[in-house]
Amino acid sequence: MTDATPDQIDGAAAKTRLDRLRAGLKRRHAKEARFKWFGRLAIAAAMVFLAVLLVRIVEQGHTAFYTHTVTVPVYMDPARIDRAYPQGSNFEQLAAEQQLARWGIQDDDTGGVSRDMKALFSSELKFVAADLVAKRGDVIGETVPLAVPLSDDADLFLKGEISKSTPQDQRRINDRQIAWLERMQAEGVVGSHFNTALFTNGDSTQPELAGVLGAVVGSALMLMVTALIAIPLGVGAAIWLEEFAPKNRLTDIIEVNINNLAAVPSIVYGLLGLALFINWMHLPRASPIVGGLVLALMALPTLVIATRSALKAVPPSIREAALAMGASKTQTVFSHVLPLAMPGVMTGAIISMAHALGETAPLLLIGMVSFVPGVPHAIDQPVGALPSLIYIWENASERAFHERTAAAIIVLLVFMIIMNAAAIILRRRFERRW
Amino acid sequence: MIWIYLLILVTLGVAAFLGGRELARRRAIGAKPHSRPGQHGAYALIWVAAPALLVLLLLSVFATPLERQLTASGTPEAVAALEPFRRDAFFADAHRVGRGEPALQIWERPLAELLPVEARRMVSIERTLEWGGGAAAVLAALIGGLFAFSQIKPQTRARNRVEGWVYGALFVCSAIAVLTTLGIIASLAFDSLRFFQKVPVFEFLFGTQWSPQIAIRADQVGSTGAFGAVPLFAGTLLIMLIAMCVAAPIGLLSAIYLSEYAGRGTRAVIKPLLEILAGVPTVVYGFFAALTVGPLLRVMFNEVGLFLMEVGGPFEGVGQYLALVQNQMALTAGAVMGIMLIPFVSSLSDDILNAVPQSLRDGSFAMGATKSETVKRVLLPAALPGIAGALLLAVSRAIGETMIVTMAAGLAANLTFNPLDTVTTVTVQIVTLLTGDQEFNSAKTLSAFGLGLTLFLATLALNIVAHRIVQTYREQYD
Repeated sequence: MTDATPDQIDGAAAKTRLDRLRAGLKRRHAKEARFKWFGRLAIAAAMVFLAVLLVRIVEQGHTAFYTHTVTVPVYMDPARIDRAYPQGSNFEQLAAEQQLARWGIQDDDTGGVSRDMKALFSSELKFVAADLVAKRGDVIGETVPLAVPLSDDADLFLKGEISKSTPQDQRRINDRQIAWLERMQAEGVVGSHFNTALFTNGDSTQPELAGVLGAVVGSALMLMVTALIAIPLGVGAAIWLEEFAPKNRLTDIIEVNINNLAAVPSIVYGLLGLALFINWMHLPRASPIVGGLVLALMALPTLVIATRSALKAVPPSIREAALAMGASKTQTVFSHVLPLAMPGVMTGAIISMAHALGETAPLLLIGMVSFVPGVPHAIDQPVGALPSLIYIWENASERAFHERTAAAIIVLLVFMIIMNAAAIILRRRFERRW
Repeated sequence: MIWIYLLILVTLGVAAFLGGRELARRRAIGAKPHSRPGQHGAYALIWVAAPALLVLLLLSVFATPLERQLTASGTPEAVAALEPFRRDAFFADAHRVGRGEPALQIWERPLAELLPVEARRMVSIERTLEWGGGAAAVLAALIGGLFAFSQIKPQTRARNRVEGWVYGALFVCSAIAVLTTLGIIASLAFDSLRFFQKVPVFEFLFGTQWSPQIAIRADQVGSTGAFGAVPLFAGTLLIMLIAMCVAAPIGLLSAIYLSEYAGRGTRAVIKPLLEILAGVPTVVYGFFAALTVGPLLRVMFNEVGLFLMEVGGPFEGVGQYLALVQNQMALTAGAVMGIMLIPFVSSLSDDILNAVPQSLRDGSFAMGATKSETVKRVLLPAALPGIAGALLLAVSRAIGETMIVTMAAGLAANLTFNPLDTVTTVTVQIVTLLTGDQEFNSAKTLSAFGLGLTLFLATLALNIVAHRIVQTYREQYD
């Protein structure tokens, strides 16, 4: 009688099994939720990286888009200006001494005070003044107000990038200069405005005069060469492989080759360019023609792959219809398949050009690391390119180049965004779903 | 000069097309022609353009070497006796004088008198080549055009011939890919061979000392430099491993989330954002690493180090080490490279997960498995080869990546696996060796090509293996 009935035993067992199952289910659901959170965290991490990257660049770069100018009245002393050769006169010293005299500050024996004052003005002062004298000789003997950029360090101080609380020997601008800058500000001769020099000048050793125009033109020339070579070759290769190629060993070799070339590190293309185009064919170093050729070879595989997928998307019925009407293979491809695949081909071409625009490593090897002043205009002269300019400025020791590096990156990213947006619009508008 | 020739050639081409079309029309009167007049015109155009292009192509490749040859062959003895780089400078100045610009250097007595003579000679060589080349191109075009015109008859199969040419041209386009590969191999192998004549292969691959110095004096201590690349391989490997530690889990998990959990809306937002991350140029990542991540990590480690030094005890040594950590540690470059690779790993894995047939998922759900169990026990095992291939492709990208490491990693060739030390990589060394002043035949410059060849072969092997794995895996479900 003390034995439990089978029913009861069963019930108890069932209960424990159910409990176990429930506990197990709970554990499994917890695991499920955890796993889902891992996925969310991974995506969040990627998004945080992207946000930090972009925010940091804007944060570092936005200050480069405005700059400070000072307006100094300069008495064009006939005793110290050579009318025949105004470039030879020391206008900066003249302006500094006159500024000190106006404030009643005595220069010391070694000229250290006026040197400090001189260091506040950009060396642009000399060119502005010399230009004025060369154009209008009658300004000699008069006092003219000259508007010139402040030097990079003074500009950085006014932007708050150099703190007054840093010990004097650790900053590039001393207490005396800071006091003068503040006095100029109080007098209202310092103005801040949009930094047009950044967009209208070529590279310069003076940060306040350096601009991206030379590099933008260099990149544009290079991309032109790349597009002229890579797009016809890439589209031609893709058409042959997709529409004409017989199924044989040679075709296989070519296909494997293209896939492998797409994954060859870009620096290897730089080595190829250096050995083949510069050392063997003696094309001019750092010229857009060499850069364009190297980027074209590099862009070719991706272009072929993109064009092939665009051609593949055209349904076979189009080809069959054309062939049935008596068109030859060539006529079918060029009058029917290719026009229908054109939006996809163009999208692929634009995206691969955008990619080529941002490529840096091969450009370094073909000599685009050297300083190129001014704005280029020929495809066989040394030029700078936008990405290599970023590399050069990043390596520069002047702090003012850091904000300009970030600004150049913003310019590069804007160009890439425009190109990619064009590709997306093209795809949205013309893409046909079959 | 070249523009005039191009203009002549373009005119000839247009004339050939129009003339050929007209001629075909006239000759077809009364007969049943095989091809349309326009096709005859195109045929004539091809016969004008192809020979001219061939001549121009040969000219563009061989003109400069030929010009050098001609210049060198007629050199006066006084110039030939100069050292090579002085001779090049002299010729460069002769070029400038020939163009009417002032010379860059002041040359001494015998050379100063030779300069205008040589300048005239160079101008005449240049003229001859230019005129000769241009005339040859125009002549080739004319001969081709005449031949094509003679072929215009009603029974000529002009369409088939034009299509044959088109086929040939398209084939040549595809063959460029093979030529590029051959060019890469040839240019790397040629200079590498010269390097391996100076430094034995064994020493290069297994030596543990890397200090590629060129001697200033011949008797200088250590003038030969050391070319043992093991520290570079180790550095490359270390940075690659750090990068994969960041990219593999984040990329894979986000791919799983996007393909299995996320709704359409989330995908539509996240995927373009990941594409932006993928589209950022590597030089921008380099800037980010050098000026944001590097200082951030350094300050962090230094603070921890200072704290540990204050605590003292057994951690003091570690603290001292951490307090002196530099910006350019391997961790900086590795972490940023990992960020760069996230979208690459994620999009490849996403494709591979999507290729797993839905029936496998349905079967697993029908057995009562949760989503995560399905992913872990069914999808991942099924997609494993593909994911391994994707990760191998990411590894190949990581070891070939140049800008991030050039800007954020160091130059010191330390043989270490400590992520807080500075290491250098193969690509950094290639850039460093080839961007300074180069002396072309020195082992220092040539070693860059040896490194390039190693890099090329390593990435090639990785890609072939990865593609093969992905291929075999795909065939299972197709």
